[in-house]
Amino acid sequence: MPGLEDLYREIILDHYRTPRNRGELAPPAAKAEGHNPLCGDEIQVYIDVADGVVRDIKIGGQGCSISQSSASMMSAAVKGKSIDDIRNLVRRFKHMMSIEEEGNDSPIDESQSLGDLEALQGVVKFPVRIKCAVLSWNTLLDALNNA
Amino acid sequence: MSFDVALIKKDFPLLQRVINNKPLVYLDSANTSQKPRQVIDAMSHFMETSYAPINRSAYQLAAESTDAFEHARGLCRTFINAPRTNEIIFTKNATEALNLVAHSWGGANLHRGDVVVLTQMEHHANIVPWHMLAASHGIELRWVPLTDDGQLDLTNLDSLLKGAKAFSFTAMSNVLGTITPVQQLCAAAHAAGAIAIVDGCQYVPHNVTDVVAWGADFLTFSSHKMCGPSGIGVLWGREELLNAMPPFLGGGNMIADVRLDGFTCAELPAKFEAGTPPITEVIGLGAAISYLTAIGMSNIRQHEKETVTYALSALNERYGNDITIHGPSDPEVRGATLSFKFKDVHPHDLSQVLDQSNICVRAGHHCAKPLMRLLGANATARASFYLYNSLDDVDALVNALEGAGDLFSL
Repeated sequence: MPGLEDLYREIILDHYRTPRNRGELAPPAAKAEGHNPLCGDEIQVYIDVADGVVRDIKIGGQGCSISQSSASMMSAAVKGKSIDDIRNLVRRFKHMMSIEEEGNDSPIDESQSLGDLEALQGVVKFPVRIKCAVLSWNTLLDALNNA
Repeated sequence: MSFDVALIKKDFPLLQRVINNKPLVYLDSANTSQKPRQVIDAMSHFMETSYAPINRSAYQLAAESTDAFEHARGLCRTFINAPRTNEIIFTKNATEALNLVAHSWGGANLHRGDVVVLTQMEHHANIVPWHMLAASHGIELRWVPLTDDGQLDLTNLDSLLKGAKAFSFTAMSNVLGTITPVQQLCAAAHAAGAIAIVDGCQYVPHNVTDVVAWGADFLTFSSHKMCGPSGIGVLWGREELLNAMPPFLGGGNMIADVRLDGFTCAELPAKFEAGTPPITEVIGLGAAISYLTAIGMSNIRQHEKETVTYALSALNERYGNDITIHGPSDPEVRGATLSFKFKDVHPHDLSQVLDQSNICVRAGHHCAKPLMRLLGANATARASFYLYNSLDDVDALVNALEGAGDLFSL
């Protein structure tokens, strides 16, 4: 659709139609719920953390193509990574969405490729949709804090 | 006068706007309406010529300002056929008006175990204030359920109302478009010994309103949904009830006297209007009422009935099972507000695609989450029509939906 190519990249629609890591993890896995109060979208993030590493991650809930594909890509990107790396990735992703962490001026480590996540860069041009894209990432931070 | 939508549309400067060489198709009036030149000019003219404090200064300008302000109050009275002008209370919006009733009337009259009846199609403004009273006063809430086609299921209304102190309900659903049988509901409330509180946010801008014919006790509505500015709403209540209620907000204007050991309330309506009100906005609301009245509320209702009839058949004929339109199929009992599900496309994505054609619809839960849960949806897309929407606007919506289905088919 003309004008929307930047937003709805093929890789985004692929993750929307075939979301990765859908499901739940039973306790003692950590769980967090995120809500977008404006549109009613809901998301659940389950993580299994051991030795400072997210061994497994599952995503539940429902939402639009941007929130669902962002959650799917996020799950693929963080699985098997250390919590430190994940926190850096969250910061980097939010930076890409033009959201900066207040009071944190330390440099962001941009040495690793963002991979599929780069496809979400186009969301920045549609400010209303940024909150869709970051919903799962904020929920992941909550889950990390609960772990 | 005859109803000419093309002429009416010309009154709205914003609707002349062209984006990317395409006209604007504004279908979000249930959210907030656009403003006619007559309202914009009235507000500008007032600020350029007569703006001054109201009710508190002796100079000519202040007298003019006060007169204009009180004239607008009179227009509100006529518009809803209220018996007395001092029963018109200006609030910030309809939400504040409902909070005023819940807090002031409810706070004084409701006690632990008392029952307030609501319906399952209320928006948050007519739910949360009562939840707050449930938490602070221990009142019980009961809910009138819905039928499959999105009307109130009144089968057990009398038993739901038994022993209730208040029945608070919408005259028209902001999600389903359903117009409720207000007169019947008020009568049922009174038969049970309850007062009837009518949320007119969605109804008043689109229909002839007569609080006396309804037999209502309170009515709330909002200026910004009826061609007036935002920042101003109205509470109408029966004088006897308003007089018996404690004040809501305290401060200037709402007092007759203030001493070191206490205060005395002013008479109505000042009693419920603490502080400096949005003066210019009240002038704007008055101008909006004059504008709508000149066109005729029954003409507006007739136009919207024709519009929703056309929209229902155009959408259903074109998309069949691919579209689910919530709410009644009978235009007699619905306004021109259509919430719908289109294929499996999420409403956010749908509205993004429609935006490519400058079609403005709401996507979300419409501040009615209990109802959305009942519909089994986190969100719906909602197209809502008003006096300035033509059948061409309906066609634009119908045609633009085509592209969305292709892009997001699962």
